Amino acid sequence: MGKATRVSFGEQLAELGPTHPSIVVFDADLSKSTQSQLFAAVCPERFFEMGIQEQNMIGAAAGMALSGKKPFICSFSTFVVGRFEVIRMSIGYSQAPVTIVGTHCGVAIGEDGYSQMALEDIALMRTLSNMAIIQPVDDRETRAAVRFLVDYDKPAFLRLTRQSVEDVHNDEYQFRFGKADLLRDGSDAVVFCTGGVVYGALQAAEELATEGLNLRVVNIHTIQPLDIEYVVSAAEQTKNVITIEDHSITGGLGGAVAEALGEHCPTRMKRIGMSTYGRSGTPAALYRHFGLDGEGIKRTIREFVR
Amino acid sequence: MDLSLTALQRSADEMRIDIIRMLHAAASGHPGGSLSLIDILTAVVLKYIGRGPHNVEDPDRHRLVLSKGHGVPALYAVLSRAGIIPHEELITLRKIDSRLQGHPCNMLLPAIEAPTGSLGQGLSIAQGMAMAGKLDGSSRKIYCVTGDGEMQEGQIWESLMSASMYKLDNLIVILDYNKGQIDGPTNEILNLEPLADKLRAFNWDVQEIDGHDMEAIDGALARAQTCADLPHLIIAHTIKGKGVSFMEHPTEWHGKAPNDKQAALAIAELEAHLNQKS
Repeated sequence: MGKATRVSFGEQLAELGPTHPSIVVFDADLSKSTQSQLFAAVCPERFFEMGIQEQNMIGAAAGMALSGKKPFICSFSTFVVGRFEVIRMSIGYSQAPVTIVGTHCGVAIGEDGYSQMALEDIALMRTLSNMAIIQPVDDRETRAAVRFLVDYDKPAFLRLTRQSVEDVHNDEYQFRFGKADLLRDGSDAVVFCTGGVVYGALQAAEELATEGLNLRVVNIHTIQPLDIEYVVSAAEQTKNVITIEDHSITGGLGGAVAEALGEHCPTRMKRIGMSTYGRSGTPAALYRHFGLDGEGIKRTIREFVR
Repeated sequence: MDLSLTALQRSADEMRIDIIRMLHAAASGHPGGSLSLIDILTAVVLKYIGRGPHNVEDPDRHRLVLSKGHGVPALYAVLSRAGIIPHEELITLRKIDSRLQGHPCNMLLPAIEAPTGSLGQGLSIAQGMAMAGKLDGSSRKIYCVTGDGEMQEGQIWESLMSASMYKLDNLIVILDYNKGQIDGPTNEILNLEPLADKLRAFNWDVQEIDGHDMEAIDGALARAQTCADLPHLIIAHTIKGKGVSFMEHPTEWHGKAPNDKQAALAIAELEAHLNQKS
């Protein structure tokens, strides 16, 4: 098993800190969980512990950004993105180049249960037209995304996992912001997936191949702006579209793909993800319960494609 | 520019006329809170920030965040005095092609340091600017003007708690305490009192003044420059609609523009007041 993407984030930011004096990092009493503590250890003068004040953290970071700094604000995604209207005004409308780092996304956080699970955060952030949304899939991609965001001069949302994730990329991998990332070619259907579920989707595709189903698997690390050109061409070629995400199927990756295809290329489609509130359990038990594990994904895809 | 207290007061009184003209031309907007605010903004922007037209490019400039964004007509009038907005542009307020949005927008008008209008958010942004100033080792000051209704927002108290923890003595907040909000008098809607005691308990340097007395405003701003280690809050007691007798009411003229007759009456009264003084 590889690293949790929150750990890759913390390590990369700490590596960049000493050579990038404009980076400032905020946390709201979760620095040990979000891994912003790694930056705090090397650049304590540019780390700001705000206490349990997500709204004030958002605003203060906006003030920093409007003063020429490059802030990263860290918390559990549901807590920080839940302060939507403050983000809308103080970061979105002001065009402050703040990166919102939301960790502990999806039901895969496990036993802590619904109140800590971000299941609607992508949907909320997608409504802000200038908000970039990146959800990296593994260690290499997370590191590349952080390096990209340090120089990015607009609002951004980086969505990270609590749980460890398997590596799907090797050292040759080049992160390209806004571009779809083809992981496995195939012609019977295209699976667009993002974040913690990608490795499971790849495994499901391999297993379905032995049953004669040939799936294309595409990692969508940049959910906004979506690579509409690629999404449309893949839909035209395969005629069947599946989306998989550990997030609500309303307004998330599935929603984004459905909107793009509805306008440019109406296509048969199945969205796999959450359509209810989460609950407590082990991550594995939760994925089984909500059909996000390999068996659940295979079952849904079999029914849909055949 | 003559920055004597007499000249500043005269400027403020002249700008009251600008505010009435702007709101009359826009046929909407917030006269009460703009008129209560104008004396404070005049001193803060013209004397203490004192930026010229190109100063927005200077990273070490003093900054103002108008957290009570609905009072922005007063800010546009003052920015016009400072040479940043052409005077004739003022009457484009709230029109479709105007930079002068109904609530301040930094993307259209760079002299606006931060967008506001959703109450409670400006103080946090000003706090972040003050933190950036400390980080840069700069002597620049961050001014933030809030309204009394806005003090009911939880986010304000988050920032009040945090700014003193960070010892932001470069942050100077002026509260335009005009005692009114949309649904009624502030002390009947959600009472703030005892406000000075609460703020002192939050470790702020607190002063309490008459917000229409230019000498008092200037004295408080001058004193706030010197006191170290604590952030500063000046409770400026003001009158909503100040200067136009029929607008001096806690709620009646919060968000209503004067019609032709009312605008003429208001301007006549303000002009008579100016003539009396000269």
